[in-house]
Amino acid sequence: MLPEFGYGVLLVSFIVTVYSGFAAVFGVTRKSATLVESARRAQLLTFPLLTAASGSLIYLLVNNHYEVSFVYEVTSRSMPTYLKVTAWWGGQAGSLLFWSWLLALFTSAVTLRKWDRDLEFLPWVIVVSSVTLTFFVGMVAFYENPFTRFWDIGGQVAPSLFAPSANAVLFTPEDGRGLNPLLRHPGMVIHPPMLYLGFVSFVIPYAFAMAALITGRTDDRWIRITRRWTLWAWLFLSLGLVLGGRWAYDVLGWGGYWGWDPVEIAAFMPWLTGTAFLHSVMIQEKRGLLKHWNMVLIILTYALVIFGTFLTRSGVLSSVHAFANSPIGPLFMSFVSLTLIVSVRLLIQRWPELRSETEMKSMLSREAFFLFNNLLFMGILIVCFWGVISPLASELFTGTKITVGPPYYERATGPLFAGLLFLMAIAPLSAWGHSTIQTLGRALWKSALAASLLTLGLVITYTTNPYALTGFFLIAFVLFATLHEFWRGANARMRSQNENFFAALGRLMGRNRRRYGGYIIHISMALMAIGILGIEIFQIETQGTVAAGESLNLGDYRVEYRELASWDDFGAGVNYTRSVVDIYENGVYIGKLHPRIDYYYESQQNMTIPGQHATFKDDLYILLVDWQPVSHEGATFKIFVNPLVNWLWIGCLVFLFGLIFAAWPDKDPADEPVRRKVGVAGRQASAAD
Amino acid sequence: MKKTLIILSIVLAFGAFFTGVAFAQDSTPSDDEVNAIAKQLYCPVCENTPLDVCPTEACRQWRELIRDMLAEGKSEQEIKDYFVANYGARVLAEPPRKGFNWFVYIVPPVLILIGAVILFNSFRAWTRPKSAAPGSGREKEAGVSSSDDEYIKRLEEELKNRK
Repeated sequence: MLPEFGYGVLLVSFIVTVYSGFAAVFGVTRKSATLVESARRAQLLTFPLLTAASGSLIYLLVNNHYEVSFVYEVTSRSMPTYLKVTAWWGGQAGSLLFWSWLLALFTSAVTLRKWDRDLEFLPWVIVVSSVTLTFFVGMVAFYENPFTRFWDIGGQVAPSLFAPSANAVLFTPEDGRGLNPLLRHPGMVIHPPMLYLGFVSFVIPYAFAMAALITGRTDDRWIRITRRWTLWAWLFLSLGLVLGGRWAYDVLGWGGYWGWDPVEIAAFMPWLTGTAFLHSVMIQEKRGLLKHWNMVLIILTYALVIFGTFLTRSGVLSSVHAFANSPIGPLFMSFVSLTLIVSVRLLIQRWPELRSETEMKSMLSREAFFLFNNLLFMGILIVCFWGVISPLASELFTGTKITVGPPYYERATGPLFAGLLFLMAIAPLSAWGHSTIQTLGRALWKSALAASLLTLGLVITYTTNPYALTGFFLIAFVLFATLHEFWRGANARMRSQNENFFAALGRLMGRNRRRYGGYIIHISMALMAIGILGIEIFQIETQGTVAAGESLNLGDYRVEYRELASWDDFGAGVNYTRSVVDIYENGVYIGKLHPRIDYYYESQQNMTIPGQHATFKDDLYILLVDWQPVSHEGATFKIFVNPLVNWLWIGCLVFLFGLIFAAWPDKDPADEPVRRKVGVAGRQASAAD
Repeated sequence: MKKTLIILSIVLAFGAFFTGVAFAQDSTPSDDEVNAIAKQLYCPVCENTPLDVCPTEACRQWRELIRDMLAEGKSEQEIKDYFVANYGARVLAEPPRKGFNWFVYIVPPVLILIGAVILFNSFRAWTRPKSAAPGSGREKEAGVSSSDDEYIKRLEEELKNRK
């Protein structure tokens, strides 16, 4: 009964979304406020409808309804309930439903905002979001139906939504196949929702951009409305990427967090354009420049979001992530192309109206640096896009499969990332409109000198690797320049307001949260760069087979193999093989680690869980590769020392803090009482520098 | 005396030769030596997984194959060539620089260069003196220099506005 109900509401929500789009269009063309309002309500209705559909699916998942093929594929009796719930996005059909549900949530939320001043945007925002939603709900309802059930037709089992013939009876398998064990990790439980949230929330700024193009209200109102949406979208996308990295580091067992896998890149590409967009909208807000470019960026971001979903969901790439294969590729491709063509057509139509209000004055101005930043982000995007596309092109045109792996990406993006670091150091200290070498030099020489001294220190004590030194110099430059900026601001306030340093710093940051949040994010990027440089350049590894009591040496560490035990957990369907090793640093005992291998009987899959010893200096990362099952006398370990890698994760936490600091909603100026209006003006004045 | 020396050196040479042989037979290449090469190769069955970390049985056998080839005295290049000959260019982390594959390497730098040229030209177009749009409020905000005095002034203005 429930599958029919779930599918029923799915169909209804499809119809409602289609209606909402058409009603909005007719509402505008016939100037009928009633129709637009009806469209808005229809849009609002999609959320409870899709919630009901999703709720049905979750109920089926949790209660072992294995006659539903999706439930059969992603859950099994041995799985704990929370994993059964999260299996919702553990497979193709469910994750597309999840995508749709999130999109409905966001579009409903946006239709609930106060529209008084922006009423002309409303119908078009509804149109764009309902077109997107129609596509995804349609995909779920007609191509990737999570409510399909197994039917037994005279001994033959076939999947179908309704009974395929009169004599067919429902077939319920005893147990499900269970979620891919690789996905049963806390990181993987949260990673897809975060990524999807990021993807979905970028639809909102895009919808407003399109509304601005269609209505011809091409001032920066659309940017001001969507500023926070964009920040939150960026936050979720970034979190998704980071959690994915952490998951890979903890679960995939190759000593790294990022493998330049096409699916990682699929999520990284919208992040790149999104980041460029976040920066370049500031130029439009402050200087009225780059209106065309911002449109291009948001269109690209939206297209890459859909393209990314297509890459991960269509199985067009077979990669470590390709858990899903289905024939929905062409549909996705058509949708991406169609939206791109329409968006570009609109952009061209409005091109003359988007002319800049002022002029670029100097190559050393803040806006010029923002442009360089955009060039670099686009450069990285080109490298990534091409790296993902060319194996497909090669297979298509020459019939040969090729791999475009880490060496290509590292070589090509390395200098671009270095350029970004350099800009991160100098751009915040340049002025809008105009800077000269002298003013920039005055603001920066101390930081540059400090960074040079630090680099010199590193040459003497740590490394002479030119790439590492360049990287560390740039990182130090960013850190010093940014911290100096905090110090300078706080100091100025201290003198003028007689506040103590911390009060001054606190007020300064609170005054312009977006700017100082941005600086905190810059600091976090520098911290992450420390970790990335550390693991990329200084990672060492060794592998060897040792008997109990014997040791492997790597760097300052000695790893002594003590014992190994193997046991079955029949309830969970897992065999655990857990080793015990003692670790010594420079001869001093520092603790025990338990690298292990979990073998999942259902899926016949191994999961290698490393033993990790994390410090600020480095990560000792031990994998159990193999063991002798009979005598238990020898075991093979692979050991990595990943220097500085934990700064990557520390950077992520700082990043999170900075972003929330910048994006935390404050009251819409329009909602605040008149008494507070002055404060708002002050905020806007401070936002303008 | 001379004779003894010659005999001795011959014996030593033989000895060295034989111990050399014995040594080569004894030492199987270490895991690290195998991984150093496997790292540069991609698993021919599970796409996008480097061979040194791939946990499948097939890949284990391929690693053993590398070990055997190393023991036979094959060079790194010979081993890579063997894998390419048997499983195609996709086992390499990067496509070989020939034929169609040149596109992989040439397109990104060319596009980035074009982007840089466009950017540079736009700069020249923008910075060419033109009459500025009169009454544009943004112009006022623009001319701020970052000297300390003005910085403080600005902060104070912000403060005043806040009260």
